[in-house]
Amino acid sequence: MSETFTKSMARNIFYGGSVFFFLLFLALTFASHQDFPSRDNHEALTETVAKGKRIWETHDCIGCHTLLGEGAYFAPELGNVYERFGNSTEAIKAFIKSRPVDGVPGRRSMPQFNLSDEELEQVAQFLKYASGIKTANNWPPNIKG
Amino acid sequence: MKYKSQSVAKLYFVAAIALFVGQILFGLVMGLQYVIGDFLFPEIPFNAARMVHTNLLIVWLLFGFMGSAYYLVPEESERELVAPWLAKLMFWIFLIAGAATVAGYLLVPYAKLAELTMDDLLPTMGREFLEQPTVTKLGIVVVALSFLFSIGMTILKGRKTVVTLVLLIGLTGLAVFFLFAFYNPENLVLDKYYWWWVVHLWVEGVWELILGAILAFILIKTTGVDREVIEKWLYVIIAMTLITGLIGTGHHYYWIGTPDFWQWWGSIFSAMEPIPFFMMTIFAFNMVNRRRRNHPNKAAVLWALGTAVMAFLGAGVWGFLHTLAPVNYYTHGTQITAAHGHMAFYGAYVMIVLAMISYAMPMMRGRKAANSPSSQVVEMWSFWLMTVSMVFITLFLTGAGILQTYLQRYSDQPLDFMTVQDKISLFYWLREIAGVIFLIGLVLYVVSFFVGTDDPEAVEKIEVDAETA
Repeated sequence: MSETFTKSMARNIFYGGSVFFFLLFLALTFASHQDFPSRDNHEALTETVAKGKRIWETHDCIGCHTLLGEGAYFAPELGNVYERFGNSTEAIKAFIKSRPVDGVPGRRSMPQFNLSDEELEQVAQFLKYASGIKTANNWPPNIKG
Repeated sequence: MKYKSQSVAKLYFVAAIALFVGQILFGLVMGLQYVIGDFLFPEIPFNAARMVHTNLLIVWLLFGFMGSAYYLVPEESERELVAPWLAKLMFWIFLIAGAATVAGYLLVPYAKLAELTMDDLLPTMGREFLEQPTVTKLGIVVVALSFLFSIGMTILKGRKTVVTLVLLIGLTGLAVFFLFAFYNPENLVLDKYYWWWVVHLWVEGVWELILGAILAFILIKTTGVDREVIEKWLYVIIAMTLITGLIGTGHHYYWIGTPDFWQWWGSIFSAMEPIPFFMMTIFAFNMVNRRRRNHPNKAAVLWALGTAVMAFLGAGVWGFLHTLAPVNYYTHGTQITAAHGHMAFYGAYVMIVLAMISYAMPMMRGRKAANSPSSQVVEMWSFWLMTVSMVFITLFLTGAGILQTYLQRYSDQPLDFMTVQDKISLFYWLREIAGVIFLIGLVLYVVSFFVGTDDPEAVEKIEVDAETA
């Protein structure tokens, strides 16, 4: 690098640039918060849904599935599973409930979590709530997730 | 080794390598589960193997960063480490907490682990990469604070250099942003928004400062180029890192219930994220070309150059591949992401830690500057085996990802997720084979520590100047 560009100039760009863009990041975060209520489906965020999120978390569902595209890529996207299963929480519950304990020979299979009927209802309601979040351009591109 | 207390780094490096081996073994288990779905089922379900794979990676890289800091800070500060006993104590606490957590993932169902560790008191578990029980997370905070104390005090009491300053900013950022791991709101959009403040601001933010500082240190030591020149480069690189990377967080805010404006901010700024990585490549090669000495530790220089190239390819090129919002609309959450993740982590963080281990370990084992030539040859073989196989892992996952994106999202008759997975299994088999080669490279790496230990060490070749000859 040229001699006219000194180390202290480089240092000032680092400090000035970092501080400026961090503040800009905070400003964009503030702007995002203004927008969240119109798309985050908080109206549907009942106690059952909150409990369902705990079921989702304590069984590490994200370790195989994606939710809104984030997670592991071993099993299907679940952000729109409610719609994929015909807008039916019953279908979601039936699927989770019917997983074979020993899996399927040679195939990927979801574990049998032995959830109670109450827990099944909670996690299904959570997935229904997630499907109501208004993602930009209606992501995912189609019903397959 | 100039200061006795630098030797605490050795503990950290040995643990890092051991956990690295564990990480790769579980990676191979997962790779096999991708094609033989019931492999080890239901004993080790995929999600458990994945937690072990990713969490071991994070933990061993943290061991590597801490070891690197404990080695380079005394040398830069020109004084002994403050409270080396604390560094040793924290090592054991971190190792035991890490081992217990991994054992928990494998030995009991995850829901049981959450119950045993009373996750309901402060629920933080079950989010990608932050699966650790809350009590483990609290332990990480204690370890991080003690570590920052001993590193920070050493820096404050000694000579202050740009390398240690940048390292300290990076490590402080690491500790601060980790605190967002404790924020887990019921609102999924908010949860996801701030989850990235740990994950993105770590790996595409403050960790790059740590990477830059360690790379600068190794280049100062191995090339003999004037510190002023190297420090100027370091400032410019990390300036570009944060200028592009902070707003670049926006490339994670396209499709998770966040506002549309992020598609512009995220695309524009993250499209510039390769710049600092490219500068790092230019920087490393430039410094080695302008070297004033031929350091006898050729393996360390190879790792340093390797990290500069592979970080650019993995983080820069493979990141750019799917960072523009219109592209990401189709690729988000596919094997393209997995491809990028593998090469970026290997190039930027695995290789810099191995570079530092390669540079520092010979001195800590009683050498003057380098291992014997025979040991270095084995180490360099491991470099090429791991690096080339990682390139192929990335290429095969990219192939899988392109097909997955097309068949499941892009074509006129989109297919089900599992139908697509079956169709692309060839690529998963090839990835697994590349993974086995990676493991062979890693075994060779471990072997290199035991080869030629009784041989005399490699010596510096004096270059004869054309004019004086």
